Amino acid sequence: MPRPLPQPTPETAHFWEGTRVGELRLQRCAACEKVYFPPRPFCPACGHRRVRAFAASGRASLHSYVINHRAMPGAGFEAPYAIAVVELEEGPRMMTNIVECPQTPDALVLDMPLEVVFEPQSDEITLPVFRPTAAS
Amino acid sequence: MKPGSIAIVGAAETTELGRIPDLSALQLHADAALNTLADVGLTPADIDGVATAGESPTNVAWYLGITPTWVDGTTVGGCSFMLHVRHAAAAIAQGLCTTVLITHGESGKSRVGAGRRAFSAASLQGQFEVPYGPMGAATMFTLPMLRYMKDFGLSEEKLANVAVIQREWAAQNPRASFRDPISVEDVLDSRMIAYPFRLLMCCLVTDGGGALILSSTERARDFSTPPVYLLGTGESVETPMVSQMQDLTSSKAFRVSGRKAFEEAGIRPEDVDHLMIYDAFAHLPIYGLEDLGFVGRGEAGDFIWGRNTAPGGRLPVNTNGGGLSYMHSGMYGMYALQESVRQLRGIAPAQVPGVRVSVSHGVGGMFGAAGTIVMSNELP
Ligand SMILES: [Zn+2]
Repeated sequence: MPRPLPQPTPETAHFWEGTRVGELRLQRCAACEKVYFPPRPFCPACGHRRVRAFAASGRASLHSYVINHRAMPGAGFEAPYAIAVVELEEGPRMMTNIVECPQTPDALVLDMPLEVVFEPQSDEITLPVFRPTAAS
Repeated sequence: MKPGSIAIVGAAETTELGRIPDLSALQLHADAALNTLADVGLTPADIDGVATAGESPTNVAWYLGITPTWVDGTTVGGCSFMLHVRHAAAAIAQGLCTTVLITHGESGKSRVGAGRRAFSAASLQGQFEVPYGPMGAATMFTLPMLRYMKDFGLSEEKLANVAVIQREWAAQNPRASFRDPISVEDVLDSRMIAYPFRLLMCCLVTDGGGALILSSTERARDFSTPPVYLLGTGESVETPMVSQMQDLTSSKAFRVSGRKAFEEAGIRPEDVDHLMIYDAFAHLPIYGLEDLGFVGRGEAGDFIWGRNTAPGGRLPVNTNGGGLSYMHSGMYGMYALQESVRQLRGIAPAQVPGVRVSVSHGVGGMFGAAGTIVMSNELP
């Protein structure tokens, strides 16, 4: 069984269209310049409705995580696996998984540099996940 | 609310706690409500306000035969009952009702007549958290803690010690689920659940319930129970997604709620004799002690290590054993309030001598919401 997948709403559709074409889309407020996530058609800092989506750099750092040791059978995950919060270069944070990296405390070092990878899950949904950058 | 003008006049838990396979969730509400009515010497006909979470207030009022003129179904997770106390105090002060019953009942372990909780795939959590594999509170509530541990150099031993100290309190409580002493090593050697959290750093899962009755202090004189006066209350919410906390090392909802309650009560942390901090996991007392201002940032682990919150310490915390050792049905806030009332009435199993001011601080969701109640057995 695959992992549970998101069901986009009109307000988040642009984000999921972005991941399908290899872009991690954030939004920026035209009035106060705030960059924010998750998507919504107004600025959570000032309430302004003029906001614009843009492609983030995809660079991030490992902000925090847990390593789940008891996956429910059939839920699409094999324990142990890390559930992480990454901090994007542009400021917002998001929950994700860390790939191409052992799922151990020794390998998962807080603040290590990461880059986004896009993992297709279905025709509609591609999930952004992160891997250690080549240099690190 | 004018400090001291509203009082908790009745408080009781369900007759049994722990494993109660012969009662549904709704009946646990009723069992706690009937015990609380008996505590005060009232009947359902005397109640004109109902607040609850988990069940709708309609279900609870109708099931108990109550005709309310005020209801509150605020449901923001385990601290909902702190918010109900706050809202009830305002409603009584405003004259919307005179005698409020707040109920909690949850078949957390046996799941008899219990609802299912799941995020819709179109919700924000369903879109931006669930696909990455969080499976319940043990993998979400815990997610901020590594950040805290790195920023403040808190060791796994000091995190484990939170559970050790609370077990010391539970050992004195015949109703606690777990009473055998444990060591830091025992905690660190227990099964890994979600690194860095081991089994003994996670709350237990049990069945149970509790209820409170509130009235004006003036009306409280009609009852034989010793009133527990409300001095100050606070509430707030931050985010439905733990990944979107403003700061993973501090809860904004805790800070806002705590400040409101302490300001209204006109007290400072050093005026508090007894403290309950909702502990679904071992890191919560650490966040609570810091965000409510009892210690500075990054100091709570050492404060607990120094036995300040332990039996005989200068700030007894979670004296029923907490969610880690006493009981945890899912929405634990009610049990924190019950222990504050017992301590202020002088009838707690692990009674702290001379408690005059007690604070109960609850959390809802995964650092999503908070409620704080400052109480006293003396009028201000
Ligand atoms: Zn703005």
